Amino acid sequence: MKAAVVTFPGSNRERDIARALKHASGVAPAMVWHADADLPAGTDLVVLPGGFSYGDYLRCGAIAARSNIMAAVQAHAARGGLVLGVCNGFQILCEAQLLPGVLMRNDRLRFMCKRQHLRVERADTAFTHRYAQGQVIDVCIAHGEGNWTADADAVARIEGEGLVAFRYCDANGVVSPETNCNGSVNSIAGIYSEKRNVLGMMPHPENLIDALVGGTDGRGLFESLATRMAA
Amino acid sequence: MTATAPKITLELVAEHGLKPDEYARFLELIGREPTITELGIVSAMWNEHCSYKSSRLHLKGLPTSAPWVIQGPGENAGVIDIGDGDAIAFKMESHNHPSYIEPYQGATTGVGGILRDVFTMGARPIAALNALRFGSPDHPKTRHLVSGVVAGIGGYGNSFGVPTVGGSVGFHTRYDGNILVNAMAVGLAKTDGIFYAAAAGVGNPIVYLGSKTGRDGIHGATMASAEFDANSDEKRPTVQVGDPFAEKLLLEACLELMQTDSVIAIQDMGAAGLTCSAVEMGAKGNLGVELILDNVPCREEGMSAYEMMLSESQERMLMVLKPEKREEAEAIFRKWGLDFAVVGYTTDTLRFVVKHHGETVADLPIKELGDEAPLYDRPHIANTFQPTIDPASVAAPVDNATALARLLATPDLCSKRWVWEQYDHLILGNTVQKPGGDAAIVRIEDGPKGVALTTDVTPRYCEADPVQGGRQAVAEAWRNITAVGGLPLAITDNLNFGNPEKPDVMGQFVGCLKGIGEACVALDFPVVSGNVSLYNETQGRSILPTPTIGGVGLLDDVTLHATVALRQAGDVLAVIGDTTGWIGQSVYLRDICGREEGAPPPVDLAVERRNGDFVRGLIRSGRVTTVHDCSDGGLAVAVAEMAMAGDIGVSFDTLPADIPAHAFLFGEDQARYVIAADAATIEAVAAEARAAGIPFRKLGVAGGDAINIPGETPARVADLRDGHDNWLPNYMAGEIDHP
Amino acid sequence: MKARVTVTLKTGVLDPQGKAIEGALSSLGVEGVTGVRQGKVFDIELAHTQPEAAQAALKDACERLLANTVIENYRVEILS
Repeated sequence: MKAAVVTFPGSNRERDIARALKHASGVAPAMVWHADADLPAGTDLVVLPGGFSYGDYLRCGAIAARSNIMAAVQAHAARGGLVLGVCNGFQILCEAQLLPGVLMRNDRLRFMCKRQHLRVERADTAFTHRYAQGQVIDVCIAHGEGNWTADADAVARIEGEGLVAFRYCDANGVVSPETNCNGSVNSIAGIYSEKRNVLGMMPHPENLIDALVGGTDGRGLFESLATRMAA
Repeated sequence: MTATAPKITLELVAEHGLKPDEYARFLELIGREPTITELGIVSAMWNEHCSYKSSRLHLKGLPTSAPWVIQGPGENAGVIDIGDGDAIAFKMESHNHPSYIEPYQGATTGVGGILRDVFTMGARPIAALNALRFGSPDHPKTRHLVSGVVAGIGGYGNSFGVPTVGGSVGFHTRYDGNILVNAMAVGLAKTDGIFYAAAAGVGNPIVYLGSKTGRDGIHGATMASAEFDANSDEKRPTVQVGDPFAEKLLLEACLELMQTDSVIAIQDMGAAGLTCSAVEMGAKGNLGVELILDNVPCREEGMSAYEMMLSESQERMLMVLKPEKREEAEAIFRKWGLDFAVVGYTTDTLRFVVKHHGETVADLPIKELGDEAPLYDRPHIANTFQPTIDPASVAAPVDNATALARLLATPDLCSKRWVWEQYDHLILGNTVQKPGGDAAIVRIEDGPKGVALTTDVTPRYCEADPVQGGRQAVAEAWRNITAVGGLPLAITDNLNFGNPEKPDVMGQFVGCLKGIGEACVALDFPVVSGNVSLYNETQGRSILPTPTIGGVGLLDDVTLHATVALRQAGDVLAVIGDTTGWIGQSVYLRDICGREEGAPPPVDLAVERRNGDFVRGLIRSGRVTTVHDCSDGGLAVAVAEMAMAGDIGVSFDTLPADIPAHAFLFGEDQARYVIAADAATIEAVAAEARAAGIPFRKLGVAGGDAINIPGETPARVADLRDGHDNWLPNYMAGEIDHP
Repeated sequence: MKARVTVTLKTGVLDPQGKAIEGALSSLGVEGVTGVRQGKVFDIELAHTQPEAAQAALKDACERLLANTVIENYRVEILS
């Protein structure tokens, strides 16, 4: 497996995601600087990590989405290469128009860091095949602007084409306004691109890979990627 | 010197906060009238915040060494050895006055400053904590201040990327006009990779790093030493603005540079900015410093020497570099998009010389500015005492189950989840114990080691009896670390008091320090860093004496730790340590009986150590994994917190006949821990405690869904939790969160 | 040449901050406020001498960075 983690000025979960990738695959990912023009040769997976790239100034992810390396990320995605954006990475993917919609301020207007259940909406993708369809996983969120929204057509298309990756839910998998932690349309926590090779999600599976530190429900995502790429 | 410089009048001197005798001393030292820049420099260096002129004498009495202490007080942060070549750098610092004026920015810059102190030592921050004190919830500004401070702490730490893992939040009317924001940072370094502030070598370049200099915070350090008056709201323009993004870049650039063997000395530009950092680097290294201000990167045009020397723009550092490494160093800073400028060099003159536009605008003796600043032995009254309250003399106004429910829903004892959910406490993936336990536990990299971290103080005890209160603050930190299985190693102290020129306030300061020192010695828990914040008073009314203690302990194996949550029905609860029903200064007496009085519980340090060592042994051998420190609210509150965390009820055994029930349940005797385990383990522990002469008492059994106090209506755990969880969110509802 | 770019949320996009500000104004007793939408203002200095060229450059800036046209509208004013 060849994974590359892009570091932007202000990224701050790049070490966490690198640790999760190494834990799942045995191989440390390449760390790529935002100012670089190219991804390492043979990269299978590009990860845009969490953080506050460019201080979240202007709009979350807006400036990072226009940095040098993003052209290479766009090209990688267009070739069908895998791209994962977590939290700020998801915001960057939306700003770069690799994914539809936008992440707005949480409806409760506060940064929220807490444990959160997610329902895995499909288990047949490169990112989730180690989970079961409908499985409820217990991960965490840590964001102030994770309120995903898009126009009605885009929402209808995403729902119709099965591009929702995860939804916020309770421990039993029930999706309701009470379990919608940030006000996202249809409780959407993560979405795929049309070909399902690009995934953006607000929650942090990379912080739930260790029984001693909260639990291991995030492992499935990295193990899915590791086995898919090893194949 | 400069033709347009203002004339130095006595009014101008007074506006700079210099007392007439201090100014006379300064005139004598330099033998001529100072320039305005020199007046600014000396006022910054000799004010309380930088010089510790009222406190230094008494701080000298604190124990600061131990075999594991690598660096004690006097550097940017203290450093301790945790084995295997690893070191922990940590410090706590206040940002009280700026946070009252502009809570969001005051809190952010407080967090930013303390993080810089830690990574200046060569340590990557791995955890942040804080201790916050606000005024009465009824005070009209309190909600706004809570909202802004919490958002500010989160806003900075979350963006910078450090988990905020612990802290405390309290309310009292004595903080109405003067809140406390104490921020603590903890960093991980290698014992052979620690960097210091003392400059070395003559003719070495002094390099300015980080963000540009603007007019922010000019006289912020002077503000921190001035009492608040009704016009404080007008001080807004001096508040500086934090930029966590710039700080994150500065962190990465500094740590990268430190790998290149080019740094001789490094110092954060904090209070009094360029002045304080440059003087301290020179004075500590017994060297002179010459600065050329024309090279300082400025954000605004036409800044004067005076303004540049006193600016408190954030996210800046000063470094002494090996001359041959300059290009390599500059390239690293450029890569991170940060300013890098040679602004001076070290000299052998022991003078602090500042040049601007080709003129010398300051030429002062550096030692007298820095480590030989004025020193006062302020008059102070002897330690104060209050009468001991006989528990039998205090009638219970309500039944105990009702009192318990009420206490759990008071501002001080309610759940602080609303606060810590706004802090990213999970980033870095090593938070083994998140906020809400006795102490936070942060694993060191992939383990097995970890550190236990806590902040503690009980201001009402300090007010009633400063010596006991000082002891208790240290003992409580030691106990909280012990209660999770940590071996307490060292503390940082953040000493928040009123006006030291008042003998009663100075008496509180001296008394608390005496108690802190005694506890540190008795518990092998030295002070390695700290901060003094005086003049915390508004319109003549001083805050409660609040010497916040930040403690750090070590777990050799983080898998062997304890948490507060009850695990299963049938487990037996017991208390280690003696319960006499000490009701004086208890929250029960204050919040249920409406009486804030009496002597606080005495702290017997030998007993504290004996009981704690015993409990830590139980945790480290893996026999007991459920432990809770017993403090505010006594046994009943401790047991209820364990029940709520585990979602299991508890049935108390018959209460002892020789102590009034409410005093037994809510008294605040010290050196106690509530433990829970299966019956066989508890029986074995009881036998060991008896053999060791340690007081042990069985309290009850876990099970059901309520707290059962004999003879009273059961209090359902779910109902208790409702009150406990909802007080703060309900209180804050309607307050607009900071944008 | 000086210009001001104003970026606002499109009509229909939920604006929780605007709602919160509206509520605060009401609780402060500021009467008659029936709606608040918040946005951003950029004051920009340009080397251009022709207003048309400046307009074009700023439109480009808005489309590419200053506004997220999924949710935001923008307006360019040449001030001097």
